[in-house]
Amino acid sequence: MIDLHTYLGLSATGFILGVIGVVTRRNAIIVFMSIELMLNSVNLTLVAFSSFLGDATGQILVFFVMTVAAAEAAVGLAIIIALFRNKQTVNIDEINILKW
Amino acid sequence: MTVETIVFVILAVLFVGSAIMVITRRSPVLAVLYLILNFFSLAGLYLTLQAQFIAVIQILVYAGAIMVLFLFVIMLLNLRDEERLTEKISVRKMIGVGLSAAVLLQVLYVLGFSGSDLPVRDVARAEELGSVESIGKALFTDFLFPFEVTSIVLIVAIVGAVILAKKKLD
Repeated sequence: MIDLHTYLGLSATGFILGVIGVVTRRNAIIVFMSIELMLNSVNLTLVAFSSFLGDATGQILVFFVMTVAAAEAAVGLAIIIALFRNKQTVNIDEINILKW
Repeated sequence: MTVETIVFVILAVLFVGSAIMVITRRSPVLAVLYLILNFFSLAGLYLTLQAQFIAVIQILVYAGAIMVLFLFVIMLLNLRDEERLTEKISVRKMIGVGLSAAVLLQVLYVLGFSGSDLPVRDVARAEELGSVESIGKALFTDFLFPFEVTSIVLIVAIVGAVILAKKKLD
């Protein structure tokens, strides 16, 4: 039987890979995908705890996280399209008009 | 090794391997395809935890809907590949990667030390929990209000996406 540790360690690995994607990549869409990776790793933690502790709340929370992720993807991709229309790039180093 | 362990190891390797591919590929289209593989392996991992409903939703909503949206936007923008991944290995990036790796090592270290008094999984109970019936019951009784609020979040997202992607605000 696989124990809780293994699932938590796997989920932490996935999360950190997402973080590394966010800090190293410069393509806004790939940064976005790394965020999805992090959301999904957290979902794995929630489902693992829900299954091991015998409580459905964790799985309900995953359901809500997925809804918010869908909303976030729609709005985020719309923002990326608007940015691309204005600056002809999705490189986040070149999008710096809010930087002082 | 039992069948369960073998299945878990295969899914875990797919999960970590496709995640690494997502953050290293230069072409965004390839990254999306690896992300879909990542979501499928994650759905498999949910199944090993007897969360059938979440596994199905993972494939329908994430691999089906959200990733199609990503692919659609990438095709629409007609992006070139990033110049080179190693174009600028700056000190700041290295510090970021180093700190992330340090956090991961800390988490794994702590996990390795929290030993014996872990909750033991009751498979029959978990199977009952993961069913559509149990999720639906919880969703429409205890979590009815958050569930209704979700619809507002979605409508705001739809309106926001339409407004943002419009050509001119007039």
